Amino acid sequence: MTQMFDQIFVIAKHWLLGYVPAVAQPLASAILSVVPVLIAFPLLFAITTVLERKGLGRIQNRYGPNRTGPAGFFQPIADGIKSLTKEDIVPLSADHIVHFLAPVLIVVAAFMAYAVLPIGRNMVILNLNAGVLFFFAIGSVVELSVFMAGWSSRSKYSLLGAMRAIAQMISYEVPLVLATVVVIMQAGSLSTVTIVERQAGYTGIWPHWYLFTPWGIVGFVLFMIAATAESNRSPFDLPEGESEIIAGYYIEYSGFKFALFFLGEYLGMFATSGMAITLFLGGWSAPLSVFTFVPSWIWFFAKLLVLIGGFIWIRGTLPRLRMDQLMNFAWEFILPMSLLNMLIAGVWHFMAPGVVRWLVCSAIIATPCILLSAGLRKKKRLMVRTYEFAE
Amino acid sequence: MSPLQGYLTLSALLFSIGLAGALTRRNAILVLIGIELMLNAANLNFIAFWRFGPHPAALTGIMFAIFSISVAAAEAAVGLAIILAAYRHSRTTDLDKMNSLKG
Amino acid sequence: MTVSFLILAVITVGGTAAAMGLRNAVHCVLALTVGFAGVAALYLQLGAQFVGFTQIMVYVGAVAILAVFAIMMTHNPGLVERTVVSKHWLAGSVVAAAVFAVLASAIGRSAATLQQHSPQPVVTVQQIGDSLMHQYVLPLEIMGLLLTAALIGAVVIAMDRKEETK
Repeated sequence: MTQMFDQIFVIAKHWLLGYVPAVAQPLASAILSVVPVLIAFPLLFAITTVLERKGLGRIQNRYGPNRTGPAGFFQPIADGIKSLTKEDIVPLSADHIVHFLAPVLIVVAAFMAYAVLPIGRNMVILNLNAGVLFFFAIGSVVELSVFMAGWSSRSKYSLLGAMRAIAQMISYEVPLVLATVVVIMQAGSLSTVTIVERQAGYTGIWPHWYLFTPWGIVGFVLFMIAATAESNRSPFDLPEGESEIIAGYYIEYSGFKFALFFLGEYLGMFATSGMAITLFLGGWSAPLSVFTFVPSWIWFFAKLLVLIGGFIWIRGTLPRLRMDQLMNFAWEFILPMSLLNMLIAGVWHFMAPGVVRWLVCSAIIATPCILLSAGLRKKKRLMVRTYEFAE
Repeated sequence: MSPLQGYLTLSALLFSIGLAGALTRRNAILVLIGIELMLNAANLNFIAFWRFGPHPAALTGIMFAIFSISVAAAEAAVGLAIILAAYRHSRTTDLDKMNSLKG
Repeated sequence: MTVSFLILAVITVGGTAAAMGLRNAVHCVLALTVGFAGVAALYLQLGAQFVGFTQIMVYVGAVAILAVFAIMMTHNPGLVERTVVSKHWLAGSVVAAAVFAVLASAIGRSAATLQQHSPQPVVTVQQIGDSLMHQYVLPLEIMGLLLTAALIGAVVIAMDRKEETK
């Protein structure tokens, strides 16, 4: 019975495919695999916008939106109607084709990243041999669309915002990939399905998730920091901070295209959270072996909601990082930490199981972390302020 | 025309487009991306021969293509850095004007 | 010569021809990105998954961004280029056309050896990793050194010299 509930989407898909003539089977199979993702994640985006506004409101000691619908939960419908009916203003000197294609490209790239995430047992759209590489290749297309948006608006603010956003994204892409390499080293495969299956066992009641290893904890933290920076979320949202540069690279966008940028950014956030769940949190497997009766896709969405809640919490709590602080943090702290993480993953693999390897690995990673952060804090020099043009 | 011939002709066409761009454009950066196109055409050649050739299990075509992509990326980085330095000196990227070493 | 190959070939050649022919430099780089994506799709069609995704990640995600950054930094709006091509455009085009003619005739003339129909080889990432660590470990290490040298060299060459005088 629980087996049937777990595989309910797979069974439904096979049942529907039975009604399709054999010549159209591959196409129908592809469409039936893709449509649930296209429905579920924008729905999750709508729920997240209202959860975020209410959550941020409560953190800031105010109510969030509470007029539309019960406790404000019909707000996304109101937002959707607003963005669809607003006038689409394009600047006169803007590059029309590139201006139009930028939001399209970001949404397409964000949706394509879901193709390799295993949402449940046997529920992955594409079981690619190089799934993780596909995910990061698609992620690097987003930077190009950010540039297209910023440059095509022919506005200095949007170009400056785009340059900053791209610099931030390429700086944090390296630690993101290095944190993933650690998991690939241990799992021995680039396929997301294989990585999840390796974490799906239990010793006693404890799962084999990669989170419960020293390199897994450090890798997860580094991955989430880099993912926050990749999606331009606070505290890394200087390129789109409303009090700094108005809206950064999508200043000149209005109406539906602005909503598409918003959608693309949140979908990217969900996709990187989904990848973090796949790599470190065991994908669709239950946290304790007594809970395996709950369907696998429910566990995936539960973990995804926990990570989204974490994103909202961090946004409401931490102040924004300045551009040079952001870049220093990436290159001088996160990157060395991720390289050390690879080292301790190697040490972990070759030592015998037990308490000793926990202590050794924790010592190897904790000592440089403490020393490096102390050293970086002391490095702040106070310089005499010089003015370049006002002499 | 066999599939291999199709891929080889396509790669020859890409190569000559890249060559035409590298030889005729004024902007130094566009010359560099013409060179990148020529490298891409050569990679396509390697992968086409790997697929349709007699020994695909030796992975030679794939390995060569991977190393060629890495080298091309490194060379693009250094080339663009040189163009930036030359622009700072002469305030133009027009190759017709950068024709003397005297600075 | 399937339909998908023809469509991808048209996209790739169209993108690269636009990249070499358009007036605005940023449009050229964006068209070039379309060309690179077309080449990556051709790799995927040939069954080389790893190389195809690496092509997208490196070329579309890094080289194209580098090129647009360089165009941004060397953009001088005061100078308006009169022509897109340099003084010697005719010689360059003739040379390129001659190269294509030679290559195409060589390909066409060797039709007898190009009729092989081999089955689709399946290469796993495991095999690529194994061969990188055993057979091709020397090129891998040299590639690491080369990339390090290129990284440091590019930073040093493009560094703003004004910082040294402060």
